[in-house]
Order: sequence, then C-alpha cells, then structure tokens
Amino acid sequence: MSATTTAPARAIDAGSPMMELRGVSRRFEKKLDFAGRIAKRLGAPVREEVVHAVDNVDLTIRKGEVVGLVGESGCGKSTLGRMVAGIMPPSDGTILRNGVDIRSLSHAAAKEMKLRTQMIFQDPYASLNPRMRVADIVGEAPLVHGITTRTGYEAYVDEQMRRAGLDPAFKRRYPHQFSGGQRQRIGIARALAVKPDFIVCDEAVAALDVSIQAQILNLFMRLRTELDLTYLFISHDLGVVEHLSDRVVIMYLGRVVEEAPTETVFSQPNHPYTQSLLASVPRIENRKRAFAVVKGEIPSPLNPPPGCHFHPRCPHAMERCKVEKPVLKEVAPGQRSACHLNDAA
Amino acid sequence: MAAPTLEVRNLRTHFFTRAGIVKAVDDVSFTVERGKVLGLVGESGSGKSVTGFSIIGLVDPPGRVTGGQILFQGRDLAKISEEEMRDLRGNRIAMIFQDPMMTLNPVLRIDTQMIETVQAHKKVSREEARQRARDTLGMVGIPSPDERLMAYPHQFSGGMRQRVAIAIALLHEPDLIVADEPTTALDVTIQGQILAEVQKLAQTTGTSLIWITHDLSVVAGLADDVAVMYAGRIVEKGPVSEVLDAPLHPYTAGLIGSVPSRNKRGEPLRQIPGMTPSLLNLPPGCAFRSRCPRAAEACMAEPGISEILPGRETRCFFPMNTPAEQAA
Ligand SMILES: Nc1ncnc2c1ncn2[C@@H]1O[C@H](COP(=O)(O)OP(=O)(O)O)[C@@H](O)[C@H]1O
Ligand SMILES: Nc1ncnc2c1ncn2[C@@H]1O[C@H](COP(=O)(O)OP(=O)(O)O)[C@@H](O)[C@H]1O
Ligand code: SF4
Ligand code: SF4
Ligand SMILES: [Mg+2]
Ligand SMILES: [Mg+2]
Repeated sequence: MSATTTAPARAIDAGSPMMELRGVSRRFEKKLDFAGRIAKRLGAPVREEVVHAVDNVDLTIRKGEVVGLVGESGCGKSTLGRMVAGIMPPSDGTILRNGVDIRSLSHAAAKEMKLRTQMIFQDPYASLNPRMRVADIVGEAPLVHGITTRTGYEAYVDEQMRRAGLDPAFKRRYPHQFSGGQRQRIGIARALAVKPDFIVCDEAVAALDVSIQAQILNLFMRLRTELDLTYLFISHDLGVVEHLSDRVVIMYLGRVVEEAPTETVFSQPNHPYTQSLLASVPRIENRKRAFAVVKGEIPSPLNPPPGCHFHPRCPHAMERCKVEKPVLKEVAPGQRSACHLNDAA
Repeated sequence: MAAPTLEVRNLRTHFFTRAGIVKAVDDVSFTVERGKVLGLVGESGSGKSVTGFSIIGLVDPPGRVTGGQILFQGRDLAKISEEEMRDLRGNRIAMIFQDPMMTLNPVLRIDTQMIETVQAHKKVSREEARQRARDTLGMVGIPSPDERLMAYPHQFSGGMRQRVAIAIALLHEPDLIVADEPTTALDVTIQGQILAEVQKLAQTTGTSLIWITHDLSVVAGLADDVAVMYAGRIVEKGPVSEVLDAPLHPYTAGLIGSVPSRNKRGEPLRQIPGMTPSLLNLPPGCAFRSRCPRAAEACMAEPGISEILPGRETRCFFPMNTPAEQAA
C-alpha cells in the first residue's frame, strides 16, 4: 500500500485507545417544507429546526474491546456510528484514531484510515449493489486498494467468502439469490476483505430470525478473536448487547447517560433510564409476569425536554432536573452516569 | 362447560402460485379458551400471519383455505356467509396488525374512525359512540383522550398509533383478538407499556387472545399456552412454562437455546444449523430433518402431532425431555 507514512503504525499495545471521541456533536437542520416556507415569508414565527442527533459525546474504545451502544430509536446511535466509521463528519468535537486527530491526516492517510474502519448495516440488501456478483462485491475494494492483485483475486475472494461462512461456489450469484442471513454474511465478507481493525455494526442482526441471528453473532465473535478486531456494536436489543459486549454505553436523545462494564450495567444500573430500559425488556425467564412500565413517550429529538432529557419520564425527577443538565461522572470504577441523584446525600 | 372461544381443527391454507403450491398452513389445530392468551411463535415464513388471516377470513387469492374447521364459539366460520363474517369481524373478532396503518385511515380524524366503527355494529347515538371511543382510548393508556380524538393518525408516534389501533379493536369488547406482531416495530419501553395494558385487559375482560410473535420472551411473559410453528405446521404446543422449561421438539429447544440470555456471556450461542426450507416443494418426511441433531432414518417419514404428555403435543418421532428420556 502507498502513503502509509503519516498513518499511525498498525502494531499497537493491547488496550490502548483505538477510537477517542472528545465532545463530539452532530446537528441536522430540518429544512422547512413548502408550507413552512410560505408561512415564514408571511411573517409566521416558524424557523428551521435543528436536531441535536448527537450531543457532546466523550467516548473511548480500546483495542480489542467490544463496546455495545444501546438506546431507543432516534437517540443518535447510527449517527454516532457513522461518525466513528468516518463516513460522516462531526459538527463539533474531535475524533482521534489511534491517538491521531483524523482531520490532521493527509489525504492518502485519511483514505487508508477509512478502510481500516468498516461498517456493517442492518439491511444488507440495501447496502449491496443488486447488479453486482458476490465475487465483485467482496473483491472490488481490495483490488482497487491494492490489497489483492489480479492474479490473486479469485483465491482472495474465495478466502473471504469462506471466512464469512459462504460457499465460494456461489460467488457468481447476485445478492437477491441469497437469504437474509447469507446476505449479511456477504456484507461481513465485503467489510473484512479490506482488512479493517475496527468494525461498527449498526443493528447488524436486527432483521434476522433468532436462529440465524445466533449464527451471525457467533460469526462476529469468532472473527473478533481470529482477526483481532475491535467492535462498536450498535443494537436496540439489550440481550444481544449483554451477550457480546465488554462495555455498554447507553444513549438517550443524543446524550450518553451511562457507560459501564457489561456486568455492572446489568447488575447495578445507575441511571434511572438504564434501570427503566432493563425493566422493560421481556425475558424468557419471566413467566406470566406483569410487564414493568416506564411512563410517557420518547420525546421528539427536535424539541427535547430541558435539563435532564429524561425528566418527564423519570420516577425520581426533582426540580433541579428540569433546568440543569446532569454531567457524566464516575460513580463506581469504570462506571459513569449522568444523573443528579448521584450528587445528593 | 361452554365451547372454547376458538377451536381450529386441521386447518390448511395453501397458495396456488405459478411456481407451485405453497402449503403456508398445513394441518394446524389449536384451541383458545375464554380469557386465555395463546402465543403463536415461529420464524418468518412459518405461517403465523396466514393462520391469523385464515381465522378472520381475509386470505386473498392465490391463497385459499382448503381444509379444516375454524370453530368460533362452536360455529364453523368456513360455513357462514361473507355477510355474517363481516359482522363478526371488528365486532366479536378483531385483528391487530404489526403496522397500525392497516387499521387506521390516514385521512380521517381518530374520532370519525372510532365513531364509525362503533356505529357499524351498534345502534347508538353519536355521543354514546364518542363516549365509548373515549373510554377505550383510556383503557389502552392514552392520556388526554379528548385531545387525541381530534387528531389525525400522522400526528401520532408509532407507539401511539398502535395504541389507537388496539383501542379500535377493543371498541366492541370482542371475544377474540388476533394480534399479529403488534409490538415488533416498537421501542422496548413502548412495547412494555402496551404489553402491560394488554395483560390487564386479558385478565379483566375475558377476551381471548392469539398473540403472534417471533419473540419467545414476549410469549413467556404474556401467554398461557404456546404453539410453535415451523414450515407451516405446529411442531409443539402446551402450557408456556412447561414448553419453555422442557421443550419436547428439537426445534423448540433450538429456538430457546439461541436466545442470548440463555447462553453464558461471551460464549458461542447454541445455534440451529442451516435455514428454514422453502415451503414450495417441501421434501417428504420431517421438515426439520436437515437441521435436527436427533434426526434418524425414521424421520424420512412424516411425523404426526400427538399428545406425549398431558396437555403437551409435539410432532416428532424422538421427542426430548420425556419422562423416559429424563430417567435414562
Ligand atoms: N441525515 C439526517 N438528516 C436529518 N436528520 C437526521 C439524519 N440522520 C439522523 N437524523 C435525526 O437524528 C436523530 C438521531 O438519528 P439516528 O442516529 O438514526 O438514531 P438511532 O440510530 O439511534 O435510531 C433522529 O432524530 C433522526 O431523525
Ligand atoms: N400471497 C402469497 N402468495 C404466495 N405465498 C404466500 C403469500 N402470502 C404468504 N405466502 C407464503 O406463506 C408462508 C407463510 O407466510 P406468513 O404466514 O406470512 O409467515 P409468518 O407470518 O410466519 O412470517 C410463507 O412461506 C409465504 O411465502
Ligand atoms: S437527573 Fe433527575 S430526571 Fe434525570 S435521570 Fe437523574 S433523577 Fe431522573
Ligand atoms: S421427527 Fe426426527 S428430524 Fe423431525 S424433529 Fe423429530 S427427531 Fe428431528
Ligand atoms: Mg439507527
Ligand atoms: Mg407474519
């Protein structure tokens, strides 16, 4: 590969920070629709609305870790994942890859860095070109980037397919000729073919039936050890995240509300939102049991409640919660939580 | 004893497609007693929705109910007129869909839709109908129902729309509700709220429920009985706790085993190899054969469903967790 000079060396101490987010935010402007524009011209008090999809997030992911990112729809998981994968720039804040600010990299180094972080999506079908054969879907990028050669191409593609649990005999087929689980394997083979060391999985098993989901999760775990991968694993499914992750990050309306080692999150959740979320998850062990209830709806991200975003739904909300934003603080070793209750007593 | 709310006997619903006959529902039998919840589980394509549509008489060509009986409070629904069926539907039998917009009309205000639904089956004044609408919205946990009645579906969140769809299903206090994955698309806190309301309703109203889902954990919390479908057939049914604690069918065991929380954290999940077969040209014999760890020569023949233990049925030549097996 060319121009690797300014990129950080690949050999890094185990456990050193691979991805560091410092005060990362991402805003989207919601453009006015036609009626809104007319109303505005006529003097109505309408304005373009801004969604704080990700709001001032600090997060460190160390080499070899699997960090689970959970939260309900619209809380900013995918947006955070895209920024980490380098396919969407933050509005504010800094992202360090192996200690280096990605904005400071040369063009070539930035390109290589982008290859080294790959993203796997929920709907493999939408992310696979329907008119390309599997062999080309998997082999095109490695060829373009000089990871394989014309002569080594066929063998390289076969190896990638086999590793993802696909029979290379089917490499001349098109995506629609595969089942959902196999398509996800194609997506995985494509991502791994460019030799990444960091993978962002965005709801990668959400669309699959449980039996197929188990197969794909097992594949992710096997590849992690085989290839020494680091994962940011985004999922709304707490059971999946609990099984796979070393550490869990919980988001609510753009903010990280809690972060802790997996065992701690599930045995001693600190943040009232984490507690509510855990209580709401149906568990196969709980028979004919009253479902726990968190009150209220998820507020619109366009107009989140002031102070602590969770206060309208929180059973412990105090006056202070309505006006003052709680900050993430360490509440136990490795456990950070953003809740005013931790200041009391 | 009164007749059960629903008794389905040897139901067959097939699709006559150009590629061949799809036996989407094949020899399916189950009973739902008054006030009970039956969980109908299985992976996608196993025939859950078609079973639901067959019960409410909404199978469209090229599909057709080709055999069996659907006895609703003792009456065979296959033998009644389309008009009688229409009268039952939305009145004594209601269906809730994964997508609430299958129930809701996007261009009508909620009050209009609900009042029309009430008056379709009951001769009451508009004001009485409105009161009924208000009450049912309250029953499904919708705050400020008066305000909500004046709104259009698009002004609601997905969870709120589903609640309204459920409220519409409840307007006539039906005897049977068929719910087809109504919480699958919702966030977990919203799903929890709806499941809690549904649980309360089943306990207080005597309505029977068929809750279709792919999620065994939901069934565990909600249902009295469970029927597990695979490739158009019920492979196991029985009381929820017994089935989940000691499944008879290897497929049920496989499903339970692949739930992440049933595995040690970080260890490989127990997995069912392979994938579900196409319902077009199912090979003869047990449909689960190619994926089954217990498959043997005998499984080349087709297993029938039989009662292995009191109240527990399975479709397998070599069931698991039988007293004989546990003694061995
Ligand atoms: N490209 C975009 N343009 C405008 N708004 C967006 C865009 N992407 C995401 N959003 C908004 O940002 C918020 C967070 O979205 P997302 O990151 O997709 O959440 P999640 O993945 O947790 O469901 C949502 O309110 C969403 O509508
Ligand atoms: N209109 C149709 N034409 C042909 N096959 C159909 C049709 N509708 C459903 N099927 C088939 O019936 C089977 C069962 O479908 P369904 O009941 O929707 O499964 P589930 O709800 O368990 O996911 C599937 O294999 C599906 O392909
Ligand atoms: S800060 Fe207040 S409202 Fe927010 S979670 Fe803590 S107690 Fe609840
Ligand atoms: S009949 Fe045979 S193949 Fe089918 S589930 Fe039972 S043991 Fe397995
Ligand atoms: Mg997302
Ligand atoms: Mg279905």
